[in-house]
Amino acid sequence: MFVYADNAATTKMRPSALEAYVKTAETFFGNPSSLHTAGQRAQEELTRCREEVAAVLGCTPREILFTSGGSESDNQAILSAARAGARKGKKKIVSTAIEHHAVLHTLKKLEGEGFNVVLLPVGTDGIVRTEDAEREIDENCCLVSVMLANNEIGTIQPVEEIGAICRGRGVPFHTDAVQAVGHLPVDVKKLNCDYLALSAHKFGGPRGVGALYVRTGAPIYNLIEGGAQERGKRAGTENLPAIAAMTAALREAVSDLPAYMERVSALRDELIANLKRIPHCALNGDPVKRLCGNVSFCFEGIEGESLLLLLDEKGICASSGSACTSGSLDPSHVLLAIGRVHDVAHGSLRLTLGEDTTEEEIRYLSEEVPKVVEYLRNMSPVWRDLKEGKRQYIL
Amino acid sequence: MSLYSEKVMDHFRNPRNVGVIENADGVGEVGNAKCGDIMKIYLKIENDIIADVKFETFGCGSAIASSSMATELIKGKPLKDALTLTNKAVAEALDGLPAYKMHCSVLAEEAIKAAIKDYYEKNGIAYDESLFRETSCAHCEDRPE
Repeated sequence: MFVYADNAATTKMRPSALEAYVKTAETFFGNPSSLHTAGQRAQEELTRCREEVAAVLGCTPREILFTSGGSESDNQAILSAARAGARKGKKKIVSTAIEHHAVLHTLKKLEGEGFNVVLLPVGTDGIVRTEDAEREIDENCCLVSVMLANNEIGTIQPVEEIGAICRGRGVPFHTDAVQAVGHLPVDVKKLNCDYLALSAHKFGGPRGVGALYVRTGAPIYNLIEGGAQERGKRAGTENLPAIAAMTAALREAVSDLPAYMERVSALRDELIANLKRIPHCALNGDPVKRLCGNVSFCFEGIEGESLLLLLDEKGICASSGSACTSGSLDPSHVLLAIGRVHDVAHGSLRLTLGEDTTEEEIRYLSEEVPKVVEYLRNMSPVWRDLKEGKRQYIL
Repeated sequence: MSLYSEKVMDHFRNPRNVGVIENADGVGEVGNAKCGDIMKIYLKIENDIIADVKFETFGCGSAIASSSMATELIKGKPLKDALTLTNKAVAEALDGLPAYKMHCSVLAEEAIKAAIKDYYEKNGIAYDESLFRETSCAHCEDRPE
């Protein structure tokens, strides 16, 4: 059996998106910047896509910039707000310890340029506290950046509330909604954000395309210089087939969002309940305030990479926050932020369900994951020490 | 997955000599759970020959494969030969390891040496200390960020 349970990494393209891609490449092959008919037809198609994406997010088409994806969108939003802030002498940025590296590494770079970056902690539930944000957001801030939903543990952050605080204090607010769009309702007005980043391949669109919402009046500077595309804010001939495919995927993803969320969260809860029966394991992140497709566990006494390799042998595609899977010395910063110590953070497993996940696949995962965990534990000296009382159980 | 050679995957899928030797003549454990890998080697020694060897490993695919290969390389061999086993020999026998996984082969070499040292010490046998490099996590620092 083949089970794709790594939808947070990337999703399979929806047939409607693939069809839109091919059709657009064939039909609207002109350059939208060209004056001739072929170019103008492409321009009209681009406009139609922008209008549709804007309608889904609840903003005006002028507030949507098409980009190469989530990382570019995050980078552009953060660097723009920082640059505008620096001009006014405001160099404080508030964010969280569990952001994606597209945000954290950009902030690190700004820190090196003299910005004061404050990363808010999260509780053991993987959720940032609004009170902590409230305390740190002040008139010296040029930006606050809080993700809408976490990519590793799926926790949904109080973005609406933090956005309201920012709005009240006149501080620009960015949210990385890469994992959220297409998986929960996203309305930029309701979220009180000035910037919002999204990526097409997380909801059945193609890779290499995304968008950035920039509220009218919020500062925005180019990362890429050149032509006057995207109102002069993002140079480069528009990737129209990918933009049209993203638009088609988004349309389908949000067409029946409540039903999708209900169906997938039921599968998620079933899988969580089944995996919880494994002794000495723990669910990572809040059980309720989480993405409908996210299942993340730590298993004591084993290491995540060997777990992934064995699951792959059984046809299961999964992910882990262990150091060995990333080639770095430390396990995932998100798992460490929720208080998992290194020893157990190495034994993490992320299964992310999606549109195509079936009841049968959940049964297969529920049978195979415990077998692999047990197999690895049986060859683990750490597990032996735990069983023999020579080492204390953490979970 | 093509991160590893077929040899590594073979030893990972079907590890040789997994388990424990009760009342082993020498036991060596290296690494720590914080770093994400621990290897434990058990030796049965008869007339200075490694009559049997078993391992337990907590770690990634290459750590398990390195333990398996290292035990195969020393099984039935005289102790003095086992002492000359290098991490490079383990990695080569596995048709290579990715650069950032070389520390797994280092752990295998260190675990075997630690087990032999344990055997010498338990039996009051004099040994040349210079043959045993200090077991530490220093090699972890060579891993790329």
